[in-house]
Amino acid sequence: MSNSGGDRLLEMRNIRIEGFADEKWNPIIRGVDLSLDRGEVLGLIGESGAGKSTLGKASMGYTQPGCRISGGTIVFDGIDLRELSSSRLQRIWGSRIAYVAQSAAASFNPAHKLIDQTVAAAVREGISSDSTARDDARKLYASLQLPEPGSIGERYPHQVSGGQLQRVMTAMALSPRPDLIIFDEPTTALDVTTQVEVLGAIRDIVENFNTAAIYITHDLAVVAQMADRIKVLRYGNEVEEADTREMLAEPKMDYTKSLWAVRTLRKEAKSSAKNVLDIENVDASYGGSAKVLHDVSIRLPLGRTVAIVGESGSGKSTAARVVTGLLPASNGRVLFNGDQLPPDIKNRSKEQLRRIQMIYQMADTAMNPRQTVGEIIGRPLEFYHGLKGKEKEAKVFELLESIELNEEFYDRLPGELSGGQKQRICISRALAAEPDVIICDEVTSALDQIVQEGILQLLMRQQRERGISYLFITHDIATVEAISDEIVVMLNGRVVEQGIKDEVLSPPHPEYTEKLLKSVPEMDPCWLDRVFQEKSIAV
Amino acid sequence: MAVVSTIIKRLLLGLLTLFVVSLIIFGSIQFLPGDFAEAVLGQAATTETVAAFRKELGLDQPSYIRYFDWIGSVMTGDFGTSFSGRAASGVDRSRSVAELIAPRLANTLFLAGMTAVVAVPLALILGITAALWRNSYYDRIVNASTLTTISFPEFFVAYILVLLLGTLWAVFPSLADVQQGMSFGERVYKTALPSLTLTLVIVAHLMRMTRAAIINLLASPYIEMAQLKGESPMRVILFHALPNAWAPIATVTAFNLAYLVVGVVVVEVVFVYPGIGQLMVDAVSSRDIPVVQACALIFAATYILLNLIADVIGIATNPRLLHPK
Amino acid sequence: MTDKNTSYSAAGEVGSVRMRRTRLQRTWVELKKAPPTAIIGLVVIVFYIVLALFAPLIAPYGEAEVLPNPYAPWSSDHWLGTDQIGRDLLSRLIYGARNTIGIAFLTTLLAFLIGGALGLVAAINRSWLDQLLSRGVDVLMAIPSLIFALMLLSIVGPSAGSLIIIIAVLDSTRVFRVTRAVAINVAVMEYVEAAVLRGEGLGWIMRREILPNIMPPLVAEFGLRFCFVFLTIAALSFLGVGIQPPTADWGTMVRETANLIQFAKFDLRAGVTPLLPAGAIALLTVAVNFVVDWFLHKTSGIRDEQ
Repeated sequence: MSNSGGDRLLEMRNIRIEGFADEKWNPIIRGVDLSLDRGEVLGLIGESGAGKSTLGKASMGYTQPGCRISGGTIVFDGIDLRELSSSRLQRIWGSRIAYVAQSAAASFNPAHKLIDQTVAAAVREGISSDSTARDDARKLYASLQLPEPGSIGERYPHQVSGGQLQRVMTAMALSPRPDLIIFDEPTTALDVTTQVEVLGAIRDIVENFNTAAIYITHDLAVVAQMADRIKVLRYGNEVEEADTREMLAEPKMDYTKSLWAVRTLRKEAKSSAKNVLDIENVDASYGGSAKVLHDVSIRLPLGRTVAIVGESGSGKSTAARVVTGLLPASNGRVLFNGDQLPPDIKNRSKEQLRRIQMIYQMADTAMNPRQTVGEIIGRPLEFYHGLKGKEKEAKVFELLESIELNEEFYDRLPGELSGGQKQRICISRALAAEPDVIICDEVTSALDQIVQEGILQLLMRQQRERGISYLFITHDIATVEAISDEIVVMLNGRVVEQGIKDEVLSPPHPEYTEKLLKSVPEMDPCWLDRVFQEKSIAV
Repeated sequence: MAVVSTIIKRLLLGLLTLFVVSLIIFGSIQFLPGDFAEAVLGQAATTETVAAFRKELGLDQPSYIRYFDWIGSVMTGDFGTSFSGRAASGVDRSRSVAELIAPRLANTLFLAGMTAVVAVPLALILGITAALWRNSYYDRIVNASTLTTISFPEFFVAYILVLLLGTLWAVFPSLADVQQGMSFGERVYKTALPSLTLTLVIVAHLMRMTRAAIINLLASPYIEMAQLKGESPMRVILFHALPNAWAPIATVTAFNLAYLVVGVVVVEVVFVYPGIGQLMVDAVSSRDIPVVQACALIFAATYILLNLIADVIGIATNPRLLHPK
Repeated sequence: MTDKNTSYSAAGEVGSVRMRRTRLQRTWVELKKAPPTAIIGLVVIVFYIVLALFAPLIAPYGEAEVLPNPYAPWSSDHWLGTDQIGRDLLSRLIYGARNTIGIAFLTTLLAFLIGGALGLVAAINRSWLDQLLSRGVDVLMAIPSLIFALMLLSIVGPSAGSLIIIIAVLDSTRVFRVTRAVAINVAVMEYVEAAVLRGEGLGWIMRREILPNIMPPLVAEFGLRFCFVFLTIAALSFLGVGIQPPTADWGTMVRETANLIQFAKFDLRAGVTPLLPAGAIALLTVAVNFVVDWFLHKTSGIRDEQ
């Protein structure tokens, strides 16, 4: 995979970028160097706000509206991009540097056919004639394993799926045969089983054409497959840079080590004889339309964690809505400690409501932005337990303490908290009700990796201390391994299997579980090769 | 085809709206306090004249029959007979509403058309350029001046123009008394000030909305993608933004032309322009109900029609409908 | 429980913490940062409110006091001259602030009571009632409101009361749409769902979860609707079917003094006279627009500054 021939393609020195907000220029990138040889792939990783996407675009000499490059040099193949006129820069973008965006669905113009958009740059720059460019595009579609490569280009963006669009965008980037491609989180919006296909396609084609690339992502396992070298960014500064294998084996900086940490978190699976919650043969549909849950049965053992995994559209969130009573089941029943719960939330008693609490993916939208932390946590105390005044305040302080925050937070508004702190407040709001069951709906997937670990630790500690049972909905297998006792795999509104974690995660698997597990990227840089090798053997 | 069926649905919805609007316009008369006939003919009217008048209006019939009579005649261009010119004595010198409206409607359409021809292209150009060079001095000046203009009542703009261009420097006549048989040039000259007033008001509104719509469009990821593919600013606008801009532009244009239809009423009164707006205001003052009804129906129909056209343009240029899955 | 990485602490995470201040302090800080346009707008609005409240104390003559010399030119007795039947124009201009702004304010308030309440109900109910109200509003909005108002006024006859009710009802359709739209955006938020799951009643959810979050856009909308209502009433009065004489009102005053404009060549001050009440209307709407612009800018940026 290593292709570094020592021929320097891109050299960025001491890059500084600022963005305009609150009536002043604020630094986004604070003096970063970046160099890239021909045919080499550099992985840029970092959490949200690290400036990786801004740095990636700057390597083309581009900044988003409202941002500016305030210092440094960008030399691409001997050309200083910052000195170029905008029309010369446009010619370079059209012919020698290409960009692949995160959201293909939004990045294709809805008014034009895919193939017209694919060949536009190559034809405009006179790299090839219109008909050769179109033939070439169809070949690229084929090599990217798109279905019907001869005719798919005649379709419009909304007529093909997200994973296919992402591959068409890669073909579009390759069409002028650029020297450098910037991949900006190209698979983040995709499901894992789709992601693995796209990753494979991108990597093969980058290798075959010996194109240099900057691969931007927040996913360590993905970057391990794609990059020759990895650069870690944080708050607009470089943390460290090293060869991929070296970086994975022995990261030097504390921050990089902490990024790796969540992958090592793993709880011992335990079983329990008694179930706190039983979902039995549930069917459900939204507003009388097609069924989204078919005969779903899930059990939640007392004091344990059951993780429901599945891709988008598998029905895992719908199952949670049935449990809460927001979506009454059309068939089947939900038992709580052996007693049937009324299907509709309207018919449940306050006590029944108290005992099942919920935590959401987006802590931002799960808290009223106009209520203080004290009001948010205090309300369930007052509502369920009748606490008032000093007593309530003391209990809120106690809860803040237990989620590792302090009294200072009592008067804060949600807008004044970081992402991890917001999620902690949501957890303590659920704890305030003193529930038996908490439904966690993708509670860590919107958080940075370093924060995720803290949240998962907190949830596990609460389980040990209070004996709470979790129904944990997620699409992330690493999280599942870290926290669960049992696993439920869902596909298209049906339960594929339920079992103890170690049994589900080790073979033999049902076909879909196999596919799902195989698709989850691993930190091993050889993982992707192995997956495709096994596939070709299977075929 | 998805497009055709969507357009047909939209047309039917427009028809339904028009029907309900006609019901409302007709129905509001039912709330007229006191006796209609006495109000029109005056206190001195004899019982026989009143009875005859009531019969003529069909007030002795149930209301749904009267509605269908009315709407049936409206379809054939007959809006009934004006109340004015009737006297308590029973002498009837009233004229048919259609006869009253026809020449004035033509005048109003002339004024509105003349304004639209100037205002719409001007506003679109200003709006698009302001969006392209946003936050430049040009953008700020255009923005501040249009924000001020949209805050002005039409008659304020009108009288400033009269003061400046009609009195102090008498370039144009401040009375727009167009008559039948005038040459086209003479008409344009007489209509200059009312048209200029409306142009100023419309340009301000339409420019602001166009600017907002284009800025919204330029924020789309596919526009950034086009830039990153090295497309020139001109091609980004013409080839990438414009094909997706028809729907928002049509919507804001229709909205403002509909606004023009309303603005015409005040401006016609200021300049004593013999259009349908002034006719309606006069009819409201003299409570000449058939004329008011007819004018209201015409205004409402124009309004509905304009919005209908905008929606149809939006549907016909929507790639998702043009190329269904 | 021991954390593996000791450098990390939840409380130490960087949030955008601001100093906590009282509401008054915060308002003052905001005001000091306000752009000049907003300051001018606020000053103008305060000036108009003072005029309206203290009109009898400020005006040199009575509202409908007829003096012996009609069409008097500007002089030290009558700063702005007198009108066609000899009423002091300055006094009528000052009383006009009270009448014109007062009626427009009442109308807007009524429109918000009707439209706001129905919009909230429709947003939360989302069933046949929502459908019925929304379709009804669609139809009412298919008729231009000035035309509709003219037609209704021809039927019930012009008076301040009927004017307020008619315009308020017509304008409440727009308030309904805005309220419904913003309330629906808030009602789908997870914190509202969390309140439902907790078992809170409809009253609590409306009052504590939804209303505080839709107030900023509604306050801005109130400013814009006020301008619209104000201009519509001025236009109707100008057309002679709005506020009726002898009540002093700016729209009517423009109409009554309009013919003075042709004397501009001989006496510019006479020519400018009809523009004064028109300008008074324009100045207030400009001022409100400036303030609303600033307010919208502030409130849209306050939520997520990331």
